[in-house]
Amino acid sequence: MSTPLDLVFEKTRAENRAALIAYIPAGFPSLEGCKKVIRALSDAGVDALEIGFPYSDPVMDGPTIQEAADISLREGTGAAEVFQTVKFAHEIGLPTVVMTYWNPIERYGVQAFALEMARNGGSGVVTPDLTIEESRGWKSAAENAGINTIYVLAPSTTAKRLGVVTSQCSGFVYAASLMGVTGTRTTISSGAKELVTRIRTTTTTPIAVGLGVSTRDQAKDVAGFADGVIVGSAFIKILLDAPDEITGLSRVSELAKELALGVRQGR
Amino acid sequence: MTIHELPEAIGHFGPYGGRFVPEALIGALEELEQAHNRALIDPVFQAELSHLHATYTGRPSIITEAQRFAEHAGGARIFLKREDLNHTGSHKINNVLGQALLTKRMGKKRIIAETGAGQHGVASATAAALFGLECVVYMGEEDTKRQSLNVARMKILGAEVVPVTAGSRTLKDAVNEAMRDWVTNVDTTHYLLGTVAGPHPFPTMVRDFQKIIGEESRRQMLELLGRLPDAVLACIGGGSNAIGIFHAFIPDTQVRLIGFEAGGDGVETGRHAATITGGSPGVLHGTRSYVLQDSNGQTVESHSISAGLDYPGVGPEHAYLNDIGRAEYRAITDSQAMRAFDLFSKAEGIIPAIESAHALAGAMIVGKELGPEAILLINLSGRGDKDVETAARYFGIPL
Ligand SMILES: Cc1ncc(COP(=O)(O)O)c(C=O)c1O
Repeated sequence: MSTPLDLVFEKTRAENRAALIAYIPAGFPSLEGCKKVIRALSDAGVDALEIGFPYSDPVMDGPTIQEAADISLREGTGAAEVFQTVKFAHEIGLPTVVMTYWNPIERYGVQAFALEMARNGGSGVVTPDLTIEESRGWKSAAENAGINTIYVLAPSTTAKRLGVVTSQCSGFVYAASLMGVTGTRTTISSGAKELVTRIRTTTTTPIAVGLGVSTRDQAKDVAGFADGVIVGSAFIKILLDAPDEITGLSRVSELAKELALGVRQGR
Repeated sequence: MTIHELPEAIGHFGPYGGRFVPEALIGALEELEQAHNRALIDPVFQAELSHLHATYTGRPSIITEAQRFAEHAGGARIFLKREDLNHTGSHKINNVLGQALLTKRMGKKRIIAETGAGQHGVASATAAALFGLECVVYMGEEDTKRQSLNVARMKILGAEVVPVTAGSRTLKDAVNEAMRDWVTNVDTTHYLLGTVAGPHPFPTMVRDFQKIIGEESRRQMLELLGRLPDAVLACIGGGSNAIGIFHAFIPDTQVRLIGFEAGGDGVETGRHAATITGGSPGVLHGTRSYVLQDSNGQTVESHSISAGLDYPGVGPEHAYLNDIGRAEYRAITDSQAMRAFDLFSKAEGIIPAIESAHALAGAMIVGKELGPEAILLINLSGRGDKDVETAARYFGIPL
């Protein structure tokens, strides 16, 4: 059975372009504010959404997402709010995955989390610190619930491991463009293209590139070789820096429109 | 490939341990695991480490009988394993020298470390100086204040100390920051983790470098008394000094193994760092173990007067030893620990680290439970020089 996320990649592949995937933590800048951001992203042409489950110890994240997660946690965001946000995005027609560190899933209950994702219309879950060796229980729970399992690959992943990990990915494969934490970068590392090329030899599952993309030119660049472009910190930085909500939303919308053009120009 | 053909999970202690890390770290963890496994059976490596311990650390550390302190512990005979006499003042050097040798073998030129009390940071800065490595130590801003003397020591030794201002500004946040550095600089850098937590192979490797404490003291007790102690006691932060002294005694099932966690204001107040006593199974910093967490799996801030025990996680092997009943874990409050600190200093002429004072407070309880026939072996994991300021403030001694 195909998830809405699977269908998005069918569509963008048919249009010979990359998909634009936006990341925002649930509950940031507030529970209701997050929904406004999601609507703005959707209206501006974002193809799919990654909702972050804010976590107290985000070792994969740079200062921007850490700050957003802190704000969200102070707002009281927990699993209920994450699922509520997934439901909202699904209802406005945006295919949605959740990105979460592993402990919140384990705490919620592995089976229950997968089922609750599906029940709220979520397409899948990105699990950046769940290694393939530890993922047996999750994989079967997700399959049972009919949602995608998305693992992250790094430039350092060996050829032998690549195939093992991609064989467990569905929806898309998350290619981390560089060795490092989330955050905007002035240039996209050349390692990204090389990694995508290596991943291609192991799978036909779509490949999306994340970490560091923030501009239309970068999106265009990445769209030249990947099936999806993931942008997170750039949106969050705009919201953190904006003097007020309306300005923040309109700047997010502007950037999303630019990026949406970028992903259509890569090929 | 079906899910049943996935690689076997590794580095497990029952349901605990394992590897929960970003993919970018897998290569480095595998490299480290191989380097450690080779070193374990390499006589040259072992000779190098033994030589360092004999000529630099000051091993074997001695055993001291604490006769006057015994009066506060129901008259039980109390023997101290004197890790406080090691170079740099704690057991941390045992692990640091081992990992620094591995760093050299892996051809890396830079080490990073997290530190709470500063003892592991000082030991790391020391090894970096000795081996000519670049050294960056991450330390919660809160801890840089309560352990300012150790911050100065690290700087004198040539290390860079980075105060961490995220989260609770203590040890857990220092670990986060060190992991972010490692993900970014993994090609050139070894993360010299200071306790038996973190992703595989750290819990196993750090234990292997610390188990010398138990191996020596088991032999020393047999030489001294012709018998094993009734109980072995240690304080628990991440659990490295405890697993170090416990490990050789695990097969001796008549010997009780008792770990003392930091009870802070009391486990019932929620302001504590007693992870096994007051926490629940979960994943933190790359390993599954007991964790202080809320209903959403968010880590809860820990509290302890002792910076070295102020950590909301614990090594996975301790979680396992607890569940199978081979070791016991109890909580000691700040005030119990400080009372033991005071009594012990005055009875024995040894100022203990506040961390170790938790084990001493434990001995006062266990000694009374077991009575004057009992023989207790306590890991005196560190000396209290670094805590003089904290203690002076606590007891109202003007500085
Ligand atoms: C003297 C001393 N004892 C104990 C600890 C706690 O660590 P662990 O539980 O890993 O031995 C520390 C940590 O800083 C310490 O400095």
